[in-house]
Formats: sequence, structure tokens, C-alpha cells
Amino acid sequence: MRSLYAIYRKEMGHYFVSPIAYVVVGLFLILCGFFFNLYLSDAIRASMEAQMQSAQMGMASSFDVPSEVIRAFLGVLALFLLFFMPMITMGVYSDERRRGTMELLMTSPITETQIVLGKFFASLTLYAVMLVPTASYILFMWFKSEPMPPLRIVAGGYLGLLLFGGALLALGQFLSSLTENPIIAAILTFAAFLLLWALDFGSSGASSTPEQIVHYVSVINHYQGFTQGVIDTSALVYYVSFIAFFIFLTVRSVDSMRWRRA
Amino acid sequence: MIEVQDVTKSYGTTTAVDHISFTVNKGEILGFLGPNGAGKTTTMRILTGYMPATSGTARVSGFDVFKDSLQVRRHIGYLPEAPPVYPDMSVEAYLEFVLRIKNVPGEKRPARIDDALAKTNLGDKRRELIKHLSRGYKQRVGLAQAVVHDPDVIILDEPTVGLDPKQIIEVRNLIKGLAGSHTIILSTHILPEVSMTCDRVVIINKGKIAAVDTPQNLTSQLRGGQRIRVEVQAPEKQLQDLLSQIPGASRVQVSPAGSDGHVAATVESAQGQDVRSQIAAKVVEKGWPLYELRGLSLSLEDIFLQLTTDDAAHAQPSN
Repeated sequence: MRSLYAIYRKEMGHYFVSPIAYVVVGLFLILCGFFFNLYLSDAIRASMEAQMQSAQMGMASSFDVPSEVIRAFLGVLALFLLFFMPMITMGVYSDERRRGTMELLMTSPITETQIVLGKFFASLTLYAVMLVPTASYILFMWFKSEPMPPLRIVAGGYLGLLLFGGALLALGQFLSSLTENPIIAAILTFAAFLLLWALDFGSSGASSTPEQIVHYVSVINHYQGFTQGVIDTSALVYYVSFIAFFIFLTVRSVDSMRWRRA
Repeated sequence: MIEVQDVTKSYGTTTAVDHISFTVNKGEILGFLGPNGAGKTTTMRILTGYMPATSGTARVSGFDVFKDSLQVRRHIGYLPEAPPVYPDMSVEAYLEFVLRIKNVPGEKRPARIDDALAKTNLGDKRRELIKHLSRGYKQRVGLAQAVVHDPDVIILDEPTVGLDPKQIIEVRNLIKGLAGSHTIILSTHILPEVSMTCDRVVIINKGKIAAVDTPQNLTSQLRGGQRIRVEVQAPEKQLQDLLSQIPGASRVQVSPAGSDGHVAATVESAQGQDVRSQIAAKVVEKGWPLYELRGLSLSLEDIFLQLTTDDAAHAQPSN
């Protein structure tokens, strides 16, 4: 546990001493702010139109601005992650291999699992730090909007984001452990994310069994439920096993470096 | 302290280390000498538990490097070929991190860091980021990393590479100072380094051990008694016959005459028998002009070349 924490601390130091964290988090937040603003003004305009229409027809408006905005916002956050996560994970192992520091870690009394978990939790923390400021938008709606945004959508959405992001991080770190070159790692990761995204895209509304399997495998599909405020056990199980599977593969991959010529 | 038995490492079809065996006693400094690509780094990586051997066993402090890898890793400090440093860390933070992953308890860490910084002369750089340090300083940070947790066994892969002459002397003194309480293996392709710092030398070439001995013994043994070089103006054949008749001369090699008509010959004799006076007497007796007569002594450099080049195969390995 102490060794795991040592790795965790080192990784956190690496993220926040080097410009990585600031660039990634900064760009991410700029985009988030822009899109939140866009969705909010769109939703407000749409709701005003709906109100005018319903007034003409003499009916009460049923347009729920906060839920609409939060749902759209959570959806676009997931899309950003496909672009930002490779930047976080690309160097996690490839940099260590390139610099030769992997040799230090692997000749120290510390297991591969401790190395992998320490690095995974550090990147998850960085990701959480990235998400925290976006909660201020939600808070803003909390105080200013009528009706208040539904808590279950907010809570479900952030839990979903954390699991979805965790899955991407686990996959990205595994790919980073395969190469010494961070750029190749980034490209591989981005390609893998796009593929996962395309799987969802191509298989939605599937009817045949193979299509449904593909649809089930897709990482994004399981995220949709969370943004509706539904915490589905199968989605939870899916993400947790997805993360565990790639952490396991990363441990094997790090271990296999001992057998490769480096 | 360290026992290596019949260790082989192959990468696919190439064999980097071929059935090597040697032992290192507690408190000893063992020098690993060989040309680049001889298998020094591979051997060290096997000893540190970085990579497993294809066959054979190696034990450090009584633990098998493969089966009890974590135990072995608790007992060693290792400086790989390239210092394994994180450029974004300060020297102090880096050593702190190394102590953490070596499981050194928190209360002991500050003293260990101070000690390692003092030993490697890095005191004034402790707060600098490693990326701002020069090559030599980085190498010293790597060295500090290998000794900071006070391990029983220290394995150093070319510790003096990239250092200036003054730093090299400092590092050699540091290594000598560590001996006794620590068992040290260091690799190098620089010969004087071995004769200056090591108690014993393993000469390795193409994955095989060519010789294991003290630097002094290697020098005297391989001197093979005595070799004498003679340069005379004489017919080759007659010179060969004359020199062969001298009692005590075991091996005579005559090289063809040069453009000046001088013939050079080397005569080997058993240890303790000086045949120089007899050679001089015989040559003068024949009336041939004698241009040169001197004893050849082999330096460690010659031994190394003899052992590691193919055409000098007559120098047999001696264990």
C-alpha cells in the first residue's frame, strides 16, 4: 500500500509540476464553458418559443430547461473526453520506458500491480480535478433556475462520467504500456476511442443478436443511461469490469517488458 | 553474497550471455570488464531481477533473483547504463521518491538523503530540477539513487561514463569507500578503472567469461613467465635456429625481415629464467648486429586485448 501511494504521489507530482495538467484541464474547461453557454441559451430560447406557443394554445409549457441543458452538457463532456484522455494517458508508461526509469521501478521492491494501480488512481484523480470546476455550472443552475435541476440526473451523470472516463483511462494506459513512443501511444488510444465510439454509432437501434452484442460492448452506450438519471447495475458492472480488465492487461504488459529486449 | 551459476540469456537467436558462473564475496568489489556488447549489462539486469535468465540460477544474499525477486530487490541498489531520473523532479524529491519505493520508513529518509548527497557531492544541487543538471551531475544523481537506501549489494553499470576526470576520481573513491560494508559489482570498458578500484575482475567477451582473477594475478599470470623482444640483422632461418637452441627459451617467433634488413623475434621463457644475457652472447658470437633486446611486460590492456580478440587465441583463459 505504501509503495502504491509512492507511485501515486510521484504521478500526481508529474501531472502538476509539468504543464500537462494545466494545459489539459484549462483547454477542457474553456470548451466546457463555451458549450454550456451555448446549450443554455439554446434551451432558454427554445423554452420561450414553447411557452409562447403553449400560451397561444392555452396550455401549460412542459419544457424543462435545466434537465435539457444538463443532459446535453453531459453528452458533450463525454465527447470531449475522447479527445482529452489520450493526452493524459499517452506518456504514462511510454515516457517511463523511454527515459529508462521503468528499470528503476522494476528493480525496486514493488510489484507491477502496485505500479499500475498507483498510476491509474493518479490519472483518475487528475480527471476528477478536471471535472470539479464543471460542477460550478450546475451549482449556478441550482441557484438560478426554476425548476431546480433534478438531483438524480446530476448525480447519475457525474457517476457515469467518472466511470466512463475511468474506462477510457484504463484502456489508454494499457495502450501506452505497449510502446516507447508517446505519440504512437496517443494515436493508438485516439484510434481505439474512435472505434469504440463508432461501434455505438453503427449499432444503435440494433435488432439482430450480433448487433446487440456489439452495442453492449460499446463504452458510450452504457453512459447514456446515467445522463437520464438511471443508475443501471449492468452499466456499473460493465464499467467496473472494463476497468479491471484493462488494468489486468496493463499489469501483464508491464510484466512482459522483462521478457522483451529493451 | 552473489552466486551466479551457469546463467544463459538468449534473445531469440542471439545469445547475449552464455553459461557464465562466478561468485562475489561479501564486501568485495568485482569489476566486470568487457568490450561493448559483451553481455555486461544483460548479466547485471539478470542480477537485479529486471529480466529473467533463459537458464541457470543466480542468487543474491541467498535469494533467487527470479523466484524471490522482491526479496532480492530489497537488498540491491542499481545504477543502469542511463541514470533513471525524472527530469521534472528536484534532486531531493527524486531521492525521497526512491526511498519510498525502496520501503525506507519516513523517519529515516532525511538522514539517508543527506548522506547520499554528501557521498556524491550533490549538496549544493539538492533543490535543482534534474533536467537543469549537466550530464555528469545526472550521472551522480543516478549514483546517489543506487546508494541512498544503504543496500547490501550495489550494482553499477558503467558508473563513470560521462564524468570529467576529476569526477571520475571522486566516484572511484566513493566506490572504494563503500566497499567492506557493501558488496559491489561494477562494469566498465575502461581498464585502469578496474585495476584501481576492484578486488577481482571478471573479463567477459561475447557472452562468455574469459578470465576471473585479481588484477595483479591476471597481469602476472598472463605475462606467461617472460617475453623478450630481439631485433637483429641476420638471416631469419639461422636466427630461429640459434634462438631455439638457447636453454630455457620455450617459444620463438621470428617475423620476416623489414626493408632495413632487421629481423624481429619474440622469445618466451619460463618465469624466473632470464635468457637475455644468453641471447646477447649468442648473437654477438655470430657477429650479427644487435639493435634491440628488451623484456615485454603485459599490461592489463594487453591481457584484455589478448582475451577479447580472436587472433590472440593463444592466451588461454585461466580461472
